[in-house]
Amino acid sequence: MTADDPGKSPTGERPYTLVAELTYRCPLQCVYCSNPVELGKHRDEIDAATWTRVIGEAEGLGIVQLNLTGGEPLLRSDLEEIVAAARRHQMYTNLITSGVPLDKERLARLKDAGLDAVQLSLQDTTPDLSLRIAGVDRLSEKLATARFVTELELPLTVNVVLHRENLDRVGDYIAEAERMGAHRLELANTQYMGWALANRSRLLPTLAQLDRARAVADEARARLRGRMEILFVLPDYYSGYPKACMDGWARRFVVVAPDGLALPCHGAHTLAGFEFPNVREHSLQFAWHESEAFGRFRGEAWMPEPCRSCDRRNVDFGGCRCQAFHLVGDAALTDPACRLSPHHDIVERARQEAGEEPSQPYRYRSLRVVP
Amino acid sequence: MIGIESVVRLTPKARLRFDGHSQKHMLLYPEHGIVLSRTAADVLTLCVEARAVGAIVENLVEKYGEKDREAIARDVIELLQGLADRGLVGEVGS
Repeated sequence: MTADDPGKSPTGERPYTLVAELTYRCPLQCVYCSNPVELGKHRDEIDAATWTRVIGEAEGLGIVQLNLTGGEPLLRSDLEEIVAAARRHQMYTNLITSGVPLDKERLARLKDAGLDAVQLSLQDTTPDLSLRIAGVDRLSEKLATARFVTELELPLTVNVVLHRENLDRVGDYIAEAERMGAHRLELANTQYMGWALANRSRLLPTLAQLDRARAVADEARARLRGRMEILFVLPDYYSGYPKACMDGWARRFVVVAPDGLALPCHGAHTLAGFEFPNVREHSLQFAWHESEAFGRFRGEAWMPEPCRSCDRRNVDFGGCRCQAFHLVGDAALTDPACRLSPHHDIVERARQEAGEEPSQPYRYRSLRVVP
Repeated sequence: MIGIESVVRLTPKARLRFDGHSQKHMLLYPEHGIVLSRTAADVLTLCVEARAVGAIVENLVEKYGEKDREAIARDVIELLQGLADRGLVGEVGS
């Protein structure tokens, strides 16, 4: 969340949001999934009693927002119990879902338990492209889920991940979200991490595509003000400066992965040389205030040049640590998406390839452990 | 546009709560939250139910013994319009 708040803690930072990744299992196999490629290593899921304890600890840290995500959180039969725990701690609970599998009765039970809002992913409005991106076509079930959400008067956010194959279809997504009665539409360009990085040569768009799509989104935003909020997130490969990933490392967010690892972001367990605390053995308080891993990239002392002397160091916090690691090989470097990074040529080369014919087939998300 | 004659209330996606950590009210909505000033909290506490903007202004005038009714009305409308633009406050019956 974006609130700027004076609430103090021993580390001077108060987290506002707990991102609860309840499972890595998912009925979809999206080629841009942000989950780690080595999903299969983290299959052993913590139970609802542990989540309930973690949610209580989260409240103690000052957390007021709970994002239930995954994988697909609906695959947990104990989701109702977890939602009820969040309500007892007055959290604002947002279910981030593919919409599958769900019937209206279960959604009504989740609402009764305290669910506040639903964010539904949409791959496309046609079965063909839905199938190509998600590996399966579940479009009609997703449309039914959107109806259940609005019929039960829960606020509906529609999230469409954008890439080369669908950027020219943004107008259709806006129309569909309006038809559904969504209050918010997130047109979020792919972040090239996890499976999306493995499929980057097929997904990264051209600048011309982005400019056209952004113009369509801008027009609709003005037209729909007060009725439907439209967010258009540029890919950091084209924005010149990096994203303020997670609003800075261990500043506002705590992620707990399906197997109980407490993380500053949903990809941090792919970084080498870290030992992240597991909530099976440690409290969230310990993770936030005492663990070396959460403290490592807090503040400015860790920053290399060009970040250290940059005017934007408190704007983007050096960008994404995972991107620095996966593209350059060192999590403590400036995010190469920054045009001031000495390694920005890596991103420039990827941009040049965006206009070329892709040579690789898609790699679909799966739980298989890749040797 | 919200005016002194409007009847307003919080939309279903907005939830008002007290935050023990900051000792302030917060307005929560999907993925975000706003920490509220004392007067903003007063206004929005009234907006949990449908409420006429004029009545909200009267309430504040009384509570704070403020003489400048016009200035209070301007501030209240500006706050409510800003939140309406973000879909957090709606006009009832429009």
